[in-house]
Amino acid sequence: VCFIPGGLDCSISFISHVLGKVCVHGRQKEMLSVLVPRLTELTSSDCIWQRMCWRLLERVPERWMEAVLLGFVQSTPGPDVLSRLLGNLVVKNKKAQFVVTQKVLLLQYCHGTEVLQNVGGYLSLDGSRRALLVKVLQELLETWSSSSAVKHSPPEQQQYISKAILICLSHLKEPEIESCRQELLTSMMEGVKCHLDSSLPQVRRLGMIVAESISSRINTDGPVLKFQYEEDEEVRELKSLLVQTPAISAVPSLPEDSKSEKAAAAQPLVSESNKKSHSAASVVPDEESDAELDSDDELIPYDMSDDKELKVKAPVYIRDCIEVLTGSEEDMDKWEATVKALESLIRRNPAATREVSVELAKILLHLEEKTCVEGFVVLRQRAQVAVLTTDPVPVAKYLTSQFYSLNYSLRQRMDILDVLVLAAQELSSPKSHGKTKQPDAQKPCIQVLAASDSPKDWRRVVDERIKSKTRRFATGQSQVEQTFSPNEFNSVAGHFFFPLIQHFDRPLTTFDLLGEDHLVLGRLVHTLAVLMYLAVNTVAAPAMGKALLEFGWALRFHTDSYVRQGLLSCVSSVLLSVPAQRLLEDVAEELLETQSWLGDVLEKDPDGDCRRLALQNLLLMENLKKKLEPAPS
Amino acid sequence: MALPPPDPRFVLRGAGAAVHTLHFSCGGQEPDVPILFSGSENGFIHVWNLKTHRVDTVLDGHGRTSVYCVETMGGRNRLVSQGRDQRICLWDLAEGRTSVTDSVFTENVGFCRCSLLEVAQGRWLMAMAAKAPEEVQVLELPSKTSVCTLKPEVCAKLGMPMCLKFWQLSCGSQPLLLAGYEDGSVVLWNLSMGKTLSQLVCHQEPVMSLDFDSEKTKGISGSSEKVLSIWSLNEQQNLQVYKTHQLINPGISDITIRPDKKILATAGWDHRIRIFGWKKMKPLAVLDYHTATVHCVSFSDHKNPSERLLAAGSKDHRISIWSIYTQT
Repeated sequence: VCFIPGGLDCSISFISHVLGKVCVHGRQKEMLSVLVPRLTELTSSDCIWQRMCWRLLERVPERWMEAVLLGFVQSTPGPDVLSRLLGNLVVKNKKAQFVVTQKVLLLQYCHGTEVLQNVGGYLSLDGSRRALLVKVLQELLETWSSSSAVKHSPPEQQQYISKAILICLSHLKEPEIESCRQELLTSMMEGVKCHLDSSLPQVRRLGMIVAESISSRINTDGPVLKFQYEEDEEVRELKSLLVQTPAISAVPSLPEDSKSEKAAAAQPLVSESNKKSHSAASVVPDEESDAELDSDDELIPYDMSDDKELKVKAPVYIRDCIEVLTGSEEDMDKWEATVKALESLIRRNPAATREVSVELAKILLHLEEKTCVEGFVVLRQRAQVAVLTTDPVPVAKYLTSQFYSLNYSLRQRMDILDVLVLAAQELSSPKSHGKTKQPDAQKPCIQVLAASDSPKDWRRVVDERIKSKTRRFATGQSQVEQTFSPNEFNSVAGHFFFPLIQHFDRPLTTFDLLGEDHLVLGRLVHTLAVLMYLAVNTVAAPAMGKALLEFGWALRFHTDSYVRQGLLSCVSSVLLSVPAQRLLEDVAEELLETQSWLGDVLEKDPDGDCRRLALQNLLLMENLKKKLEPAPS
Repeated sequence: MALPPPDPRFVLRGAGAAVHTLHFSCGGQEPDVPILFSGSENGFIHVWNLKTHRVDTVLDGHGRTSVYCVETMGGRNRLVSQGRDQRICLWDLAEGRTSVTDSVFTENVGFCRCSLLEVAQGRWLMAMAAKAPEEVQVLELPSKTSVCTLKPEVCAKLGMPMCLKFWQLSCGSQPLLLAGYEDGSVVLWNLSMGKTLSQLVCHQEPVMSLDFDSEKTKGISGSSEKVLSIWSLNEQQNLQVYKTHQLINPGISDITIRPDKKILATAGWDHRIRIFGWKKMKPLAVLDYHTATVHCVSFSDHKNPSERLLAAGSKDHRISIWSIYTQT
């Protein structure tokens, strides 16, 4: 395609039509990969060509405008090129404005960061377009701060919108920010609240980063908002968007994605507070000692063999430990030593522990850190697990009743759940006798669970198991031989499980599972899933499965995606733990209902993880059916 | 075959509370009895008669708040005591009197012991922690006029002053002040200009106590960690770390070098008193008598070397008196 310059009055509308038609048929890439570089070159110096390009695009009919614009936005190497090619199209043409400011930013989220950079930069490069930039930012913030959007939109869309916000912020200048400062502030406050309320850590982090950025732009002199979160690739990438490189006039063929830190938007540098101390150069004493007459030799040292480390003795009896922990005496060393020694004492004296188990559990649940002991939380948790495994039934009864009692903090309730799971895991894990080899899949999972309490890990472990089991069904391999030992969890599984399920819909004054405390609800659901999973081959498993499916049915439309993920893990656990025959006999109706629910989730749930779990569950059910089909019904 | 460590010569009981500070006054002529001043947590200062091992006098001047520093000003008749009632009291004890002649209200609620230095006949300098957080104030006694205020720079972030020590290179020369701070550094101050001459970070934890040998210009400091730090002053008045000594148990409350500069004693949180040779920090003895933290150690100023004593006061209400390495 070669244009002939000259004083010819040519009509470009034909070309626009062709362009539009090609783009709408999906051939944007081929067409524009040739057209755009050519146009970039031509328009870089010649403003007649620029005007021609603008006319070209203006003439594209409305119905094809979107496709053309999307293609341009995606294929131009940088915002200034886009500016040259499009000119003020967005100001003049309503459809173009809609596509660029609304559709690309708010309704689609499949584009990459370069597209956002292009759009943001393009809008900022011309005075008449800057008003649009402010409007765009306000709309983005409105979406970002609406709680329903945070709850119902998928995390990828939220990330896309956050990136767009950061880019727009980076382009705005001081006076513009001043003018809309109040709205920025209100949106930021609302948005931060909804984001931090979410149970998904990724969403929380996005909220924190965006809020920090907004706060740093609107409060340039005062103290700014600062959150604590882990820095990783995603965070660094998001933060780098805030810093804009000055427009480099690049050769069109080079891709323009250098994000160097020499930006005009200067981040305040923290000046190191230098200590004025002179560096201590240690003088080597060797030179001096030989020269001096050693009159120190006259002083004969005494026997110092008794000089050993001062150790505080921890009590040796459980009842002594109880006394130390409940006493109000001031001996902090002894208290510390007791806390450190408690777990091993409990495990070595099971009979003595059983006498005082509930009392000990009560003390441990309320134990607070009196001095700064390293790893206090872990020590306490391990002691609690030890007590629970030594005397499961009464302690489980106590703990589950306390879970639903008044006046406990959320942290304590979640601790109860963690302890129950760890103890269940310990009770149900087969004791290796060293002779037969353990299947590899089991060992790493067990170790991972014990060390952490992050909710993701439950899910991950259960997912890994699901995957491994699914594969086995499909290839028809037999189960790997395991060492057989009685599942100690068998006799107590019901005691762990049923009390937790009982009162979930009964709100207390300080604790409302179905209301505000949906974080605890999520953890409860995940805990139930793991307990169900660990109850494999126990007598109570079918009854547990039935109860769990009913519980899940009641909560299946919960708005918190973390809770829904938990419910889907529950379904997986039921399908894996309850023997297939019993599933068909006892739980048939619930299974059918669940299947239809899973199909629903698969199609309509906004959260990607939920959909994946639903798919896995459906596959499991399919496999079960296949397994049972040859058996005569 | 090394000998087992000696037992205390005798033990003074009767303080009735944890003993925080000790000071000997044994240099007097006959008929003056060698005495030991002790300050306790119940606010009393006991004057112990070292011949009869009993309390001669009890001084009550700090309103039952803990006394954490006792010093004499040239002889046993003038006593300076510092207590947690934010006061430094000057006592006149001549001829059996027990009255407070003067007091200085420091407005400081810390635990930093004051340091005294006689600069001229009847004129003393006293350094103490002042009201403002990081400052040290130097007063002249008995006039109680302020000589200077030593304020570290804002960026230095030294924290509270923890211990102070005056010293002079020789009688009549410029007095200098060594101060140990909460951040673990020791600072050498020039009083006439009120500026730091040198600063050295000796410890990671607060400096609990320090002592200095002005002849060898070498000093030692102890902290709440397991390290004793020995540092020296070179010709340019700069502090440098000379060596460090690792201890078995962390925590030192007090360090003192014997007046003949041959040995030094440390009071530890692990209930033990350790004796080292000063020249090379050779560990000489571990005296294990007390059953609680030893708060203070002090050497006596007997004229006759063979009579020299070491006293240690502890939280277990007892003061142990030792006679150790008196032959050198």
